[in-house]
Amino acid sequence: MTVEVRPGLCPGPAPARSAPSRDGREAPGSHFCDHCGLPVPLGRRFCCPGCAAAFDTIQELGLGRYYEQRLLDPALRAPRPEAAERGDLARHIESLPDGTHVLTLALDGLQCGACVWLIEQVLARESGLLQGRVNMTTRRLRLAWRGAAEEAERFVAAVERLGYRLVPFDAAAQAAADDRTGRMLLRALAVAGFAAANVMFNSIAVWVGFGEDMGPATRSLLYWVSALIALPAVAYAGRPFFRSALGALRAGHTNMDVPVSLGVLLVTSMSLWEAFHGGRHTYFDSVVTLLFFLLIGRVLDHRARGQARATAQQLLALRVTDVAMLQPDGSVLRCAAETVPPGARVLVGMGERIGVDGVVERGEAPLDASLVTGESLPVPAGPGTKVFAGTLNQGETLLVRATATGNATLLAECVRLIEAAEARRGRFVILADRVARLYVPVVHSCAAASFIWWWGVQGLPVAESLLIACAVLIITCPCALALAVPAVQVIAAGALFRAGVLLKSATALERLAEVDIVVFDKTGTLTEPVLALADDPSRDREALRVAASLAASSRHPLSRALLAAAGPVPAAEAVEERPGEGLLCRTPAGDIRLGSRGFAGDPAAPVAEGPELFLARPGLPPVAFSFRERLRADAVATVAGLQRAGLHVVLASGDRACVVGPVAATLGIHDWRAEISPVAKVGLIESLRAQGRRVLMVGDGLNDAPSLAAASVSMSPSSAADISQNVADVVFQGAHLRPVATALWTARRARAVMRQNLALSLGYNAVMLPLAMAGLVTPWLAAAAMSGSSLLVMANSFRARVREGRAA
Amino acid sequence: MTIMLYLIGLSLVMGGIGLVVFLWCLRSGQYDDLEGAANRILFDDPPLK
Repeated sequence: MTVEVRPGLCPGPAPARSAPSRDGREAPGSHFCDHCGLPVPLGRRFCCPGCAAAFDTIQELGLGRYYEQRLLDPALRAPRPEAAERGDLARHIESLPDGTHVLTLALDGLQCGACVWLIEQVLARESGLLQGRVNMTTRRLRLAWRGAAEEAERFVAAVERLGYRLVPFDAAAQAAADDRTGRMLLRALAVAGFAAANVMFNSIAVWVGFGEDMGPATRSLLYWVSALIALPAVAYAGRPFFRSALGALRAGHTNMDVPVSLGVLLVTSMSLWEAFHGGRHTYFDSVVTLLFFLLIGRVLDHRARGQARATAQQLLALRVTDVAMLQPDGSVLRCAAETVPPGARVLVGMGERIGVDGVVERGEAPLDASLVTGESLPVPAGPGTKVFAGTLNQGETLLVRATATGNATLLAECVRLIEAAEARRGRFVILADRVARLYVPVVHSCAAASFIWWWGVQGLPVAESLLIACAVLIITCPCALALAVPAVQVIAAGALFRAGVLLKSATALERLAEVDIVVFDKTGTLTEPVLALADDPSRDREALRVAASLAASSRHPLSRALLAAAGPVPAAEAVEERPGEGLLCRTPAGDIRLGSRGFAGDPAAPVAEGPELFLARPGLPPVAFSFRERLRADAVATVAGLQRAGLHVVLASGDRACVVGPVAATLGIHDWRAEISPVAKVGLIESLRAQGRRVLMVGDGLNDAPSLAAASVSMSPSSAADISQNVADVVFQGAHLRPVATALWTARRARAVMRQNLALSLGYNAVMLPLAMAGLVTPWLAAAAMSGSSLLVMANSFRARVREGRAA
Repeated sequence: MTIMLYLIGLSLVMGGIGLVVFLWCLRSGQYDDLEGAANRILFDDPPLK
């Protein structure tokens, strides 16, 4: 993943601004806030008082080195102190019997190692804290202290002042986040590795001994030592496979773990029997090496998807919020959102997320509904407006009467819609399991046949016939077969991760490879998630400069778009922001207004296509600024590339035909639908799938979430509504659309390599199976052949990486 | 050939020590934050409490 660095904040050899002037407030030539690195108007050092205070705090504590050593990633949340919602800490504090209190918090805004250092240094200067440690991998802060539980507020406030957001981890969410499976696999891998190495020492001695003059007593001793190591190792390290195999058998089908478990158990018992009877051959080495190789695959596979999983958990944790319920006696009670009864009144302060669905009773404020709708512009709300859980209040305090809470909210309804669509999608049978369904009966009948042949026809003793049958099972034990798919997945997932594509689903790669039709949403997917100022040749440059100087002090998306279009301008003084209306600047000549049509505009002006702003200056006619969506820079090239590769591309948008048509024409998409409702979108996708097409849906809004779930496989940009990201199988980052194509090509290549791997290991089995059935396989041959085929498959898997600039 | 008994025992003990140390590392959380550990080494302040 390439990390873009904001100018002047890179700790390179000659930083442009490594040591900011520590006294003055001016930083000539910089357009970025000294603390959070967000763009600021010319002549200002800080974007807000919070940043200035954070900067001062850090300098006072003597931690100014932070600014020299940090590396800001613009894709992440900037460390800007904000009045953020924070749940009730007390509920989440765990008190240990020895008087120590422990609190784990999700940390938002962590950028690099310097952030970890800064937070820990600041906490170290707080009295009474026993431990304040940041886990950078899971982005969590663990606090431990003695004394009053309420002290937590002080520690949390100290970190929040620096610009990080802290949310207490729900106890249940935290338990789920503990990576128990990962640790278990790693422990099993360690045990299998230890056993494999030590058993192999003994085996090599035995193999050499066959050529020399090793006596049966010494051989027996070595076999017993091997058994002593291998038996506990198999019992311990084999558990992940046994468990999965049992689960599959109970559900009435087989998977790759069934032959693995069966082979491991049979071979172990047979080797034990041999060792007991002083036989010539045991296969303990093969068994533990097999487990060791397979566990490597499992651990890598688990790691590859861990990142995506952790991100989703972080999102969920950040959503745990409280609401302020107004009691009949006028007092306010803070409680969990699910416990609010319908009809209750809830106070929603500025910067707080609404926890319930309801109707506004009092107050007027713009609401940020991006979590729910993916729409970046705030919508005004006043008495009578219906509001939904998950929206963020950006203005004055609202009094909301709850109509639906907890599981009855729109947000929860959407989640159910998605679950229903996912259930319809059915179980996708992965390639390896499809092979296993054929492979298991064939191999086991071969083993049975060879036993019957040697015992019944050739008249060999039962024990020796059984030995041959077991040798068949060992030699065909699907080590290479079981590695064939996960090894490729790990390598492809790693390559995609570096390209900014996160695979969330284990089967996403295989489903992506089959795609033959791509359905795009327009807003936020084909277009950039932020709006851009539309070009207007009749507008004079001075009007834009004045508008931008007012906009410099606002964080509204339209203000930011204005500022971006105007370039660096000096910020106007004494600008007053009126939520829902606009900006007002009082000058001696009269008021300058920038805002909505009613606030600053000309009611008679022609209505623009998209969002608009008006600038009213004393003595001059109002100037209109219209904004439009801009296509992602590489959208045309990417769509053309997909079409060249023979994929059918469809554009389905809820927008009006007059907007969608030109976009489709620009992109060269002939098949486009406008004004299509979320339900119709799901219908479109399901009808395509009913025709046997494999559909990739790429979308970002909440309204896309059901169609994302209905498609064969789905992708979301990382700017999408959280809920869509949770549904999507794949999430891609950055401002480009190319990751969609990269993911598709990588998936196709991965599928090709998987098939090669399967062919390789099946071919190897085809050669070895007759040898084993003829009773010609010795333990050293079995061990060498098995390891050899596994290594071959692993080496071939590295070819799953797609070379840069290569399309399918 | 009694030397073999000693050697087998010795190899098992040595391997076992390695295994126990690894499991201890895992249990005490040293593999929980590989990314953080890689970054922490760059900051040479006295260790925190």
